[in-house]
Amino acid sequence: MGIEFRDVGKTYPDGTVAVTGFSCSIPSHRTLALVGTSGSGKTTLMRMVNRMVEPTTGTVLIDDRDVHELEKVALRRSIGYVPQAGGLLPHRRVVDNVATVPVLTGTTRRAARTAALQLLELVGLDPALGKRYPAQLSGGQQQRVAVARALAADPNVLLMDEPFGAVDPIVRRDLQDQLVQLQAELGKTIVLVTHDIDEAFKLGDQVVILRTGGIVAQTGTPQEILAAPADDFVRDFVGIGRAERSLQTVDVDGRNIVVDGSGRPVGVLT
Amino acid sequence: MNLFGEALRWIGDGSHWGGPGGIDTRIVQHLWVTFAAVGIAAVLAIPLGVLIGHTGRGRLVVVALAGAVRAVPTLGLLTLLGLAIGIGVEAPLLALVALAFPSLLAGAYAGIEAADPGAVDAARAVGMSEWQVVTRVEVPLGASVLIGGIRAATLQVVATATLAAYISDTGLGRYLFSGLKSRDYAQMLAGALLVAALALLLDLLMAALQRASSPTQGKVPS
Ligand SMILES: Nc1ncnc2c1ncn2[C@@H]1O[C@H](COP(=O)(O)OP(=O)(O)O)[C@@H](O)[C@H]1O
Ligand SMILES: [Mg+2]
Repeated sequence: MGIEFRDVGKTYPDGTVAVTGFSCSIPSHRTLALVGTSGSGKTTLMRMVNRMVEPTTGTVLIDDRDVHELEKVALRRSIGYVPQAGGLLPHRRVVDNVATVPVLTGTTRRAARTAALQLLELVGLDPALGKRYPAQLSGGQQQRVAVARALAADPNVLLMDEPFGAVDPIVRRDLQDQLVQLQAELGKTIVLVTHDIDEAFKLGDQVVILRTGGIVAQTGTPQEILAAPADDFVRDFVGIGRAERSLQTVDVDGRNIVVDGSGRPVGVLT
Repeated sequence: MNLFGEALRWIGDGSHWGGPGGIDTRIVQHLWVTFAAVGIAAVLAIPLGVLIGHTGRGRLVVVALAGAVRAVPTLGLLTLLGLAIGIGVEAPLLALVALAFPSLLAGAYAGIEAADPGAVDAARAVGMSEWQVVTRVEVPLGASVLIGGIRAATLQVVATATLAAYISDTGLGRYLFSGLKSRDYAQMLAGALLVAALALLLDLLMAALQRASSPTQGKVPS
C-alpha cells in the first residue's frame, strides 16, 4: 500500500534526461520528501503520480495499482495537488477555488461552498476571505487556499510542489508548522517537493535527496541521513558542517545546555 | 461652401428617412451586413484560434495564412468575387468575412495564450478535462483579448461595409456611390458621417463589453 515508484525514468521530447532509474516507496499516511537542487527532477517525479508527466520507463503505483491503467481525469480528481505558486484561478472567488474539485465531481455548488468555508478555517484562514479573489490575498494566504483546495475532495494522496517556496521565511515556518499539525490529524500520503533540506527534514518521514538527472544521492529518514550521510554531496547538501547542525552540550550549573557550532545556545538537554 | 453643414442638413431632412432608401433602412442594412460578416467569420475563426492557443500547434501556418489574407485588398477581392458570384450582397459579405477573419483569429489565440500558465496547469492537475480547461479557465481568462479581436474586426468591417454598395443596393455606402455619380457632395459627406458615427458607436459598445469581460475587472483594487 502507499505509493511506489518502480524504476521510473523520464526523458523529455527535447532530449532532457530529467529522471533515470528511480525507485522508492512510501507507505500510506506517511510523507515522502523529495529534495534537491533546482532541475534535479523533483517536480517531474511528483507529477508522475497524477500522470501530469508520463514516465518514459518504469511504473508508478498507488496502492499497488499502476496509475497508467487509471483514467487521467478521475485519477487527478482523487489526488490533492498544491502547485508551486498557488495556481489559483484568478477569475474565481477563493471559496469557489476551494470548491473546484467537488463541483467537478458533481457536488452541488451550494454544498461545496459550505464545505469550502470549513476548509478555509481548517487551514487557518478567516472564512470571510472566501468572498475575495486570489489577487486580494497575501502570498501566504494564497498558499493556504491552495492547500484547502487540495483537501477539498478528501483525497488519500496529496502532492505538494514547493508549496511554501514563494513566501517569506517567517510565514513559511508558520505554514510548515500548520502542515505538521494538519498531517497529524488527517494522515494523508504526501509527496512533498522542496529544495529546502530543513523543510524536508521537518515534514518528511522519508527523505530522498536527488542530484541532477533525478539520481538518488541518499534515501532515508532524516535521522538516518544526518547520522550517516552517504557521501560528500549529501554532507554538503545537508550542511553537516554548518554551525546550526553541529551541536554540543555544555554544563551550566548542572544542566546540559545545547549550543551550536558557533557557541550560540539553542536549548536545554532534558 | 459649408459642405459640412449641408451634409448635416441632408441627414436631418425628414424626406431622407423612411422608405426603402431611407437612412434608417440603410443603417439597418449596414448593421446587418456588419454583424453577418463578423458573425460568420467568428464562427470560423474563434474556434480555430482557441484550438491553436490551447494546443500551441499550427500557429505558424495559420498566422502566415491570416497574414496573407490580410494583405489582399478588400476592394480587389470584392471585384473578383463580384465577377465570380454576380451582383448582390453575397460577394461583399464574403469579402467582409475575409476581412474580419485575421483579427478574430489573432484575438482568439492571443487571448488563450495569455491565460496564466500556472492557473491553466493547476486546473488540469486538479482534474479538469481539456474541454473544462478551455471553457472554464482559458476562455474566461482570455476573454478581454478575445473580445478585443472582435472589436477590431467589427471596426474594420463596419467601415469597409461601405463597399457593399459597390455591387449591391445595401448599406450606407449607397449614399457615397450615388452622391459621387450625381456630384451630390452633401449626400456623400452625409453617408461618410453616418458610417463614422456608426463605427464610433459600435466601438464604444465593444470597448465597454471588453472592459466588463476583463477577468479581474472590478474585483481587484489596483
Ligand atoms: N516539459 C519539459 N520539457 C523539457 N524539459 C523539461 C520539462 N520539464 C522539466 N524539464 C527539465 O527536466 C529537468 C528536471 O526538471 P524538474 O523536474 O522541473 O526539476 P526540479 O523540480 O527538481 O527543479 C530540468 O533540467 C528541466 O529543465
Ligand atoms: Mg520543481
